Amino acid sequence: MTEARKHRSETKMVPVPSHSIVPERDVNEIPVLETRHLGIEFGGLKAVDDFNLTIGRTEIAGLIGPNGAGKTTVFNLLTKVYEPTSGAVLLNGQDLHGMTIVQASKLGIARTFQNIRLFDKMTVEENVRIGLHNQIKYDMLSGILRLPRYWKQEKRQHERAMELLDIFGMQDLADEVSGSLPYGAQRRLEIVRALATDPRLLLLDEPAAGMNPHETEELMENIAKIRDQFQIAILLIEHDMSLVMGVCEGICVLNFGRVIAKGTADEIQANPDVIEAYLGKKKEGGK
Amino acid sequence: MKAKKKKLIYNSVTFGLVIAAFLICQLLLSTGGMSRSFRGQLIPICCWIVMAVSLNLVVGISGELSLGHAGFMSIGAFTGIIVSGWMQRAFQMEDPVLRLVLAMVIGAVLAGIAGALIGIPVLRLKGDYLAIVTLAFGEIIRNLIDCLYVSVDGQSLRFGFLNNKLPGDLLMNGPNGAVSVQTIATFTAGFVLVIIALIIVLNLTNSRSGRAIQAIRDARIAAESVGINVTKYRMMAFVTSAMLAGAAGALYGLNFSTLVAAKFRFDQSINVLVFVVLGGIGNTMGSMIAATALTILPETLRDFGQYRMLAYAVVLILVMLATNNPLARAFFGRIFAPVKALFRRKKPAEPDLKGGDAK
Repeated sequence: MTEARKHRSETKMVPVPSHSIVPERDVNEIPVLETRHLGIEFGGLKAVDDFNLTIGRTEIAGLIGPNGAGKTTVFNLLTKVYEPTSGAVLLNGQDLHGMTIVQASKLGIARTFQNIRLFDKMTVEENVRIGLHNQIKYDMLSGILRLPRYWKQEKRQHERAMELLDIFGMQDLADEVSGSLPYGAQRRLEIVRALATDPRLLLLDEPAAGMNPHETEELMENIAKIRDQFQIAILLIEHDMSLVMGVCEGICVLNFGRVIAKGTADEIQANPDVIEAYLGKKKEGGK
Repeated sequence: MKAKKKKLIYNSVTFGLVIAAFLICQLLLSTGGMSRSFRGQLIPICCWIVMAVSLNLVVGISGELSLGHAGFMSIGAFTGIIVSGWMQRAFQMEDPVLRLVLAMVIGAVLAGIAGALIGIPVLRLKGDYLAIVTLAFGEIIRNLIDCLYVSVDGQSLRFGFLNNKLPGDLLMNGPNGAVSVQTIATFTAGFVLVIIALIIVLNLTNSRSGRAIQAIRDARIAAESVGINVTKYRMMAFVTSAMLAGAAGALYGLNFSTLVAAKFRFDQSINVLVFVVLGGIGNTMGSMIAATALTILPETLRDFGQYRMLAYAVVLILVMLATNNPLARAFFGRIFAPVKALFRRKKPAEPDLKGGDAK
């Protein structure tokens, strides 16, 4: 565990008014994400209930919990795939109430998916260019008539796409069909595509799923690198505890749709509720 | 560079093929080496090519199943006939080229407007539902045109719905369709239209908007999550396709001296879909070739007499089997292998896919 932890800078976490903690460096700024009593019901089933979380401007946060705890549902609430039945999501202090997925994306929230959703018939570069859709624009007519604006913006898109692919050293793969990439590369491409939208908050849904320990180690380095380079916040769902404990500054544990613990990696590991949620209740001897 | 180069080659071959076919046809026309029946087919072939290319934009690039394409074609056809007749009779515009261009442009615009009006409610639907609703819209358009009477009275157009007592010179006579149309469509116009349709569809595909359209097709939720407005881009593909169909319709309509709305029944929509499917969904060149082949085929099967359409269906089934059966594909692959090898020889070895991953 100590080996894995080397990527997590020893951040001092401090409490903020919303009963959460954020890194000390972010405490004087508007948090990138704040959820207040967020909840959603599906026909009487409370999939997520009273979910409160605050993420600092440059924090790497983790969302963990057993299968079916509602982690991906939280992501879907944050990105407006679902409209919450109660509570609010604030992105940079702005309420996302009633917004569409596209509007949330334009405000700076980007995500990857648990089951990879690439544009798999298109090339790697095209995937990133689609991520740049709202960053480097030109209209349909310039595209069809190949006006000067088309050439200029296409060139900018190409250069930016290559820059972004360089984060993971994927420039050589730019012209491969994305569906034919190995699994790990597909996951990395999804992250690059999300980064292309110039987000303030990046949501990663099980980024290490299906990766070997070596690749996971590399991913950890890259997550830290992305945060440092882009100065954005990252919230990740992950089952690989070495990654979560290694790279996440604040961790939130979800079980049956409710937050059962929040804190730093050390606090979470020592929390009896978390241990119970993962391993089951210890039998009281004799009773 | 691999994928980009492939695309460039594909596009040049597509354009090259069209230009070569046009030149050959022109040569045959000037030397008189073309049969009469085939000569009559040239313009319809161009129209059906444009129809196939435009439907491919919806079915192949945008990934929606639309069965109302003949409806847009009929809007273009009758608009074109009305515009051409009106211009000639009311404004003494005798220049056929100008009238044809005007007819095609206005036909395209009206078909595009119809596409937008239909698209607003319909594009909320997905898959089979979209197919059924577009089919119904195609039929509604045909039935409306069946009840439409249009005449030129002095300088103005008069419209009547279920009312055939219009003053002036009748252009459209309800269920009897358009009458005494001056056939001003030319093969050259058809060729130009095909080229324009190809430029629009291929350039659109390789641009920001086209990539957005394809992104929605491949992974809708992911496309939305990177900020692509799904409705806008589905609409863009649908309306562009409708406009091309309208222009093709105008050309088609001005190729016959009479035209009835029954010509654009829903089996015509299915026919165009067959071109697209047979040519390979999303493959523009393929749908062009399929449109040409399947327009000529029924004519060449005239020897079969009454069994003509039966033979047509059998040929269709055989071709579908041949192009989709892995064994048959391998067989054709072996035949064409020496040709392909000619192009491949000088290329460097394929880059190792796994190489980039392992670092």
